[in-house]
Amino acid sequence: MNDGALISLRGITKTYGQGAAAFQALKGVDLDIPQGQFVAIMGPSGSGKSTALNILGCLDGPTSGAFRFKDIAVETLSRNQRALLRRHYLGFVFQGFNLLSRTSAQENVELPLLYRGAETTQRHAAACEALAQVGLTGWERHTPAELSGGQQQRVAIARAIVTRPLVLLADEPTGNLDSQRGHEIMDLLVSLNREQGITVIMVTHEPEMAHYADRVVKFVDGLVASDESKERT
Amino acid sequence: MTQMLLNALLLALRAIRRNLMRSFLTVLGVVIGVAAVITMVTLGNGATRMVSDQISSLGSNLLILRPGQRLGPGRDSAGAANFKLADVEAIKAQIPALKAVAPVVGSSVTLVAGNQNWQSQVSGTSNAYFVAGNWQIASGRQFEEDEEAAGKAVCIIGATVKKQLFPRGSPIGDEIRVKNFTCEIIGVLQGKGQGAMGQDQDDVVLMPIRTAQRRLTGNATDVSTLMLSLRDGVVADPVMEQVRKLMRERRKLSENADDDFNVMDTKQIAETLSGTIRTMTALLGAVAAVSLLVGGIGIMNIMLVSVTERTREIGIRLAIGALEHEVLLQFLIEAVALSALGGLVGIVLALFVCLGLTALMNMPFLFNPGINLLAFVFSGLIGIVFGYMPARRAARLDPIVALRFE
Repeated sequence: MNDGALISLRGITKTYGQGAAAFQALKGVDLDIPQGQFVAIMGPSGSGKSTALNILGCLDGPTSGAFRFKDIAVETLSRNQRALLRRHYLGFVFQGFNLLSRTSAQENVELPLLYRGAETTQRHAAACEALAQVGLTGWERHTPAELSGGQQQRVAIARAIVTRPLVLLADEPTGNLDSQRGHEIMDLLVSLNREQGITVIMVTHEPEMAHYADRVVKFVDGLVASDESKERT
Repeated sequence: MTQMLLNALLLALRAIRRNLMRSFLTVLGVVIGVAAVITMVTLGNGATRMVSDQISSLGSNLLILRPGQRLGPGRDSAGAANFKLADVEAIKAQIPALKAVAPVVGSSVTLVAGNQNWQSQVSGTSNAYFVAGNWQIASGRQFEEDEEAAGKAVCIIGATVKKQLFPRGSPIGDEIRVKNFTCEIIGVLQGKGQGAMGQDQDDVVLMPIRTAQRRLTGNATDVSTLMLSLRDGVVADPVMEQVRKLMRERRKLSENADDDFNVMDTKQIAETLSGTIRTMTALLGAVAAVSLLVGGIGIMNIMLVSVTERTREIGIRLAIGALEHEVLLQFLIEAVALSALGGLVGIVLALFVCLGLTALMNMPFLFNPGINLLAFVFSGLIGIVFGYMPARRAARLDPIVALRFE
């Protein structure tokens, strides 16, 4: 076991359903992710990569196995305790952006801070700063309907980093964007990873996007099939 | 904790603002319910006050003695003899607790003055009537002793009669035709306004009782009603009993015969009437409260729709790290904020409706802080009761499922 790892999975399985209808999505996954790494998770549909991301993001608990995050045994935590873990250490970016409609970019970005109980002025300042980091200064008052897809994903990234999380989990972040916008989003994720040391775990099925990562983990049929790291350029 | 509540309130208000039109339609039921409850109760209170005011304008501590068995519809007066003038003297002499005893005979008669005519209630009575009925003379004078004794053709007219027949100038000294005789006007009464039953108390003509007996009713001794005015500070009940005893004696009723007359206390009438109005008020208020409850069901319906519609939003919140009870609180507070806002709008609406209706019905407008507060608190409670189920449903959602929800 690698004790220096931020995240450590040992023999993780996940079974959906019961009895004859049971489906085993993960069949014993071992994975260590050190702090500050940019990991891409790839694999065909049904390979278990999304299930793995849900478990890594503490959205779901494993059926069996050990999951340590910052030396916390996540598999023993209750639903609310996992929520607190997400609130304090994790940020999420989704394929479908998942912004609150009819709500300004700034209010969307402020949302995680509301749950942390931040003061109003501090909240506004942090939201504006996060929006500036993703290059959306001047767009604070716009609602998602008034923003392009790329801009919406930038707002979503701003919302994910406004709490300064340890880990950013991205589920197909470029899936709904054209290739040009996709590369811009990837550049943004890389710079957040390099400059702020945020660990990024990204699920994607596009090899050209996975190319941005330090490490590519391929899932096949509920198991890790290959795990390749490369030197940063 | 306070910070968390404030945050939840902020989130709730944002959600309401995002769906302004729907929010308004959702709470319309509560708005109408609250407005209906407050309006009913306020109008009921106004009506009660109006009745008691009018009864007290009749004269405080007044007893009314009438032939027949009881008050109200189906009053059995058949066979019950009228009173005699001698009864008046006997009551005056034997019951010292009475300030004044006024005999009254009356009939509805057409009055003619110049080329105008007017139907009015003409009463024959004595000067004691002014004391008993709490009447003031606006101009002119009361009857003189010789006018009463001789049954002279003189009369005092009410404010409405003056307005109808003598719109300009003083009618004192003018003549008026009452049925088939001519009568000199010697005074005008101060106006009193509408009576307890909605009748016009000022639509009267008063003349000495002998005049009325001789020229209107054609019966020289009968008196149909006696108005007995109690001295200040005298309790009505024992005096009523004295009057009853005396009249039984004078009318020679045997031990076990029922009274063939009845004595009423105006205060008692006022209380009976007020009691009836209060019952009506409570009843109408209860019906209105049911509509408030129906409004609550409307809120639950929309909150359930809202939870389904906002499943993704709930998923986002949960993914970001919202706790179950925070989501519950958010939706609960949203429901309460909605219904409480509806309650406030309802209170304002009721205020305008009450102002309009009381002005229309000549009723006093009595602002009742109690019922306003109660209706407001009740609307908030409705939010809690009907908002809980949808809120719990939202809080229990699985974030992964919620995020994928289309």
